[in-house]
Amino acid sequence: MHPNRLLRLAAAALAAGVLLTACGTGTDGGSGSGNEKITLNVNLFGNFGYQDLYAEYQNSHPNITIQEHTAAYNDHHRDLITHLATGSGAGDIEGVDTGFIAQMRERGNLFVDLGKDRQSEYLDWKWAASLAKDGKQIGYGTDVGGLAICYRRDLFEKAGMPFDRDQVSAAWGGGWDKYIEFGKRYAAKAPAGSAFFDGGGQLFNAVIGQAPVGYYNEDDAIVVGTNPDVRKAWDLTVQAIQSNLSAKLIGSSQEWNNGFAKDQFATIACPAWMMTKIKDQAKHAAGKWDVASVPGGGGNWGGSYLTVPKQGKHIEEAKKLAAWLTAPEQQAKVFTARGNLPSIPALYDKPEIAQYKDAFFNNAPVGQLFTTAAKQLKPQYQGPRAGDVQTTIRDALVRIEQGKQSPDESWKQMVSDVERLAK
Amino acid sequence: MATYLHQARRAGLSRLDTKGSPYLYILPFFLLFGAFGLFPLLYTAYVSFNDWDLLDSGSHRWVGLANYREMLQDAYFWNALGNTLSIWVLSTVPQLLAALWIAHLLNHRLRARTALRMGVLLPNVTSIVAVTIVFTQLFGRDFGMVNWALGFVGIGPIDWQANTWSSHLAISFIVAWRWTGYNALIYLASMQAIPHHLYEAADLDGASQGQQFRRITVPMLRPTIIFTTVISTIGGLQIMAEPLLFASSQTPTGGSDRQFQTVALFMYEQGFREFRFGYASAVAWTLCLVIAIFAIINFLLTRRIAKDED
Repeated sequence: MHPNRLLRLAAAALAAGVLLTACGTGTDGGSGSGNEKITLNVNLFGNFGYQDLYAEYQNSHPNITIQEHTAAYNDHHRDLITHLATGSGAGDIEGVDTGFIAQMRERGNLFVDLGKDRQSEYLDWKWAASLAKDGKQIGYGTDVGGLAICYRRDLFEKAGMPFDRDQVSAAWGGGWDKYIEFGKRYAAKAPAGSAFFDGGGQLFNAVIGQAPVGYYNEDDAIVVGTNPDVRKAWDLTVQAIQSNLSAKLIGSSQEWNNGFAKDQFATIACPAWMMTKIKDQAKHAAGKWDVASVPGGGGNWGGSYLTVPKQGKHIEEAKKLAAWLTAPEQQAKVFTARGNLPSIPALYDKPEIAQYKDAFFNNAPVGQLFTTAAKQLKPQYQGPRAGDVQTTIRDALVRIEQGKQSPDESWKQMVSDVERLAK
Repeated sequence: MATYLHQARRAGLSRLDTKGSPYLYILPFFLLFGAFGLFPLLYTAYVSFNDWDLLDSGSHRWVGLANYREMLQDAYFWNALGNTLSIWVLSTVPQLLAALWIAHLLNHRLRARTALRMGVLLPNVTSIVAVTIVFTQLFGRDFGMVNWALGFVGIGPIDWQANTWSSHLAISFIVAWRWTGYNALIYLASMQAIPHHLYEAADLDGASQGQQFRRITVPMLRPTIIFTTVISTIGGLQIMAEPLLFASSQTPTGGSDRQFQTVALFMYEQGFREFRFGYASAVAWTLCLVIAIFAIINFLLTRRIAKDED
């Protein structure tokens, strides 16, 4: 025999075999029960303000390690949908924004049913928005947006404008036209490099958030082209852009983050969760920010849910954690620590919430401001592609900001782009 | 009898060894290629003939050529194709010319030659995401370093993302920055294979440096130039990560008016935002076809150009 030859043949066969099996090994996960050590992955976008809560939960549940992964708003939801479609890769808990919850509830069978136990705790519309057609509850509400305007006292003062929050609220209390008037006077004497508001897309979101009907009717048909409220919000935003009041920044972009640091804008449409972003991005301006009431009445922009995808390996533990993170005590803590407004109305009358003042915002009575806003809020129905519709409209407004198109051209293209989303 | 059998078995094994083992050695590649190359390719072709909803647990319906018909009438597809070709030309042509020139310089006796030669490859080993993010900040509208520098010569500020030409220029710059060194090294390697006596003879005949470069170096590099051109064509027409990350919104539409959406990005948008898997697959196959056509055209062109230099 020639051992060499046999050896070589065997080696070649082995090499082939090793490579093949290397591709074939999958990951098998245990069904974490009892005291087995497990890791729960929590996938979120932006800042939900949970860092301290994780530590607290891990202390009381020593077998559980929590890992949070955050991504940008659009990326996060795109990834989640892809992971749902392909059946793997989703976290044990996935955050979902108002703009995407309708798309998710259409795929209710891919999420764990969280039951009806907590229905009575929640705002009715918050509870209903994450309800699948067959009555399954796919998400626990975290926060609601509400609406206010956050503004820079110091910049207003430098431009010789009223800067006391009651005076400011009164100055534009008459409506968005007054807000634009105020902005024009600000712009005339503003410090160099400081626009009145951050960007057209964000202003538009706030205005449309006050309308009874937004992008969809309740039959899930897109009504962007025909809803007069959309056109009104559009015209108003265009007017503000054409008055040179916009810093022309896209919300949550790197440039927008820089804009906070470089004092590029003096006001921003401010749902409660926006306060969290401002605190993260404008650390140098602590105490210089303040909060005034929003023109045009109550409204909502954003707010999120925690869902538990069925494909997760630790469903029971994930459900418990999601329920705990969204429980009243924790929602209250997140509000006072970070700013996200609870979606549980019983909390609105609690003194630690209703009377809460935020030092970062010059001791503005944010508790009173936002709970009042939340109580007045008329919920707006959100359809399947609401998040993408919003992005499409923002791009259309950016085209005007960039001087690429006239408002009419941009509107036409926007309406046809939005209709394309419904395909 | 026993010896005879033994001999026969040895002969058989020997034949199997020489004939069979080469196939066994290359088998892993072909199995992997089959699983991860050929199968997806054919499967994509099948998907492209269906109306396939990625979200609805992959439910699908055979629609024949409908996806392709729709694509040919889709203004956004043609827009993306135009952008792709423009970015590809803007990045590849200067890139290969610069690579040739850098290789020529590196071929001379220089101080710290090895360090320089390795240095040109550095941009290529960096992460594409990190590079794009850094360059996107350099090309920033309000606080970008490029606009700051241009300000000294009285130009700008330019909103790089807003215009078609400026966004293409910026993206091409990112691509070229990353790949020029790689191509330079390939050129350098084949430059060193050119026999030195050719240059000595040219020196004796009084040929200048430039003449030597045009008359000796370029014609001798012909196969390499063809290779790099074809490879850059394949890579350049598939650009996706750069335009995706260059947009400050980081959405796959490539700017507010799709001014820098490439075909690969359009495919991504259709597949993973619209979840129209069939349509995205039709775009993928068309892109594959376009790349093949341009690669062949380039192959023929570069072959001729280099021949003319002879």
